[in-house]
Amino acid sequence: MYEWVTSISAWLIPFMIVFIPLYAAFKKVPVYETFIDGAKEGFGTAINIIPHLVGMMVAISMFRASGAMDMLASLIRPLFDSLGIPSEVLPLGLLRPLTGAGSLAFTTELIKTYGPDSMIGRISSTIQGSTDTTLYVLTVYFGAVGIRKSKYALKVGLFSDLVGFFAAIIICLFVFGS
Amino acid sequence: MVNIIWLFFIVISFVAAIMNGRMEALTEAAFEGAKSGVTVSFGLISVMVFWLGLMRIGEDAGLLRKIAVLLQPVVRFLFPDVPKGHPALGYIMSNMSANILGLGNAATPMGIKAMQELQKLNPEKETASAAMCTLLALNTSSITLVPTTLIAIRMTYGSANPTEIVGTTLAATLVATIAAIAADRWYRHRYRRKPPNSIGRNGTAMKDPPGAQGPPGNFDSEGFGGQGETARDNLLAAKHGKGEALV
Repeated sequence: MYEWVTSISAWLIPFMIVFIPLYAAFKKVPVYETFIDGAKEGFGTAINIIPHLVGMMVAISMFRASGAMDMLASLIRPLFDSLGIPSEVLPLGLLRPLTGAGSLAFTTELIKTYGPDSMIGRISSTIQGSTDTTLYVLTVYFGAVGIRKSKYALKVGLFSDLVGFFAAIIICLFVFGS
Repeated sequence: MVNIIWLFFIVISFVAAIMNGRMEALTEAAFEGAKSGVTVSFGLISVMVFWLGLMRIGEDAGLLRKIAVLLQPVVRFLFPDVPKGHPALGYIMSNMSANILGLGNAATPMGIKAMQELQKLNPEKETASAAMCTLLALNTSSITLVPTTLIAIRMTYGSANPTEIVGTTLAATLVATIAAIAADRWYRHRYRRKPPNSIGRNGTAMKDPPGAQGPPGNFDSEGFGGQGETARDNLLAAKHGKGEALV
């Protein structure tokens, strides 16, 4: 199953790069001109995102550097201990919705420290793989089209991160627990 | 909401920096954050330019509409207010597939493109529509089949079984996705009752806007901001140079 899925992942993009223009050519679409036409949009879109991303990254970076992140973690830690959840993964849960690169670095650190096959290693791998950087996704997607009022999108995103975080822990404890 | 979060981060950071005596680090972090914002955006340029070029070919060849039609049932359930055969659905599908297959780089441009298509349907350009919120919910919880990066890291640190987390990740991500869809649904219905931001499914939540001619209560006339589906289909058909509805 896993082999099968990885090979699909490896083949898919090259397949798309060949198949889409080929199919379009059969449909008498001027492929190169169309490509350039669509590609022009990409630059502007990426540039439009800059102010949004700078704003968010500044706030997140400050939040981490000020030690506010660690203070928040130490507030919640006793609750984790009482539930029998390894509290080492707690900062990861707080970090994940904020920064993809930051949480990946933290996961790598946990795996390095405790070993990939430890419970902490497995839980952190699962958390990292099953949640997403909500704030980044929101900033990029809504920033690109100029949405200012995100309505309930952020709440839903953060809620699903929370569910994903605890689901990862519970599932790992259940599957890998002795 | 984002306004509050942003202000919260900055104010709390300042207070925490005082308490921890990290004021210099705070300045450095602010500029470092700004720099990485630009770096990330510039990193996006290459991928965005390439994928949007390729996707335009797909769109012009009619591939996106084909995909949208093929996956109609799922998308119909998740995005009830996007008209049938709309190009947004094709982009949404490509975005979801890219996420599922762990092709993060390819997913972002398609997601943005999907947002841009949904924005065309959005009656209030500065407020997210229900469909946009659903797309975001799917992306923040996105189902992952192969967490490639994680497997690579586990390999690097000598795991006996680097892929043993594939199953747990899939299960956790499934739970998160279901929770996200459920929460999205709940909010969607709550917001629908609040005019004028509401997007009525059958036009029932709308206060019968003057000039709306679609048959009310008809299953196929899911009103979007009071505009009948027929009108939208005609609009779409005109855009694609066809005289009939697209599906």
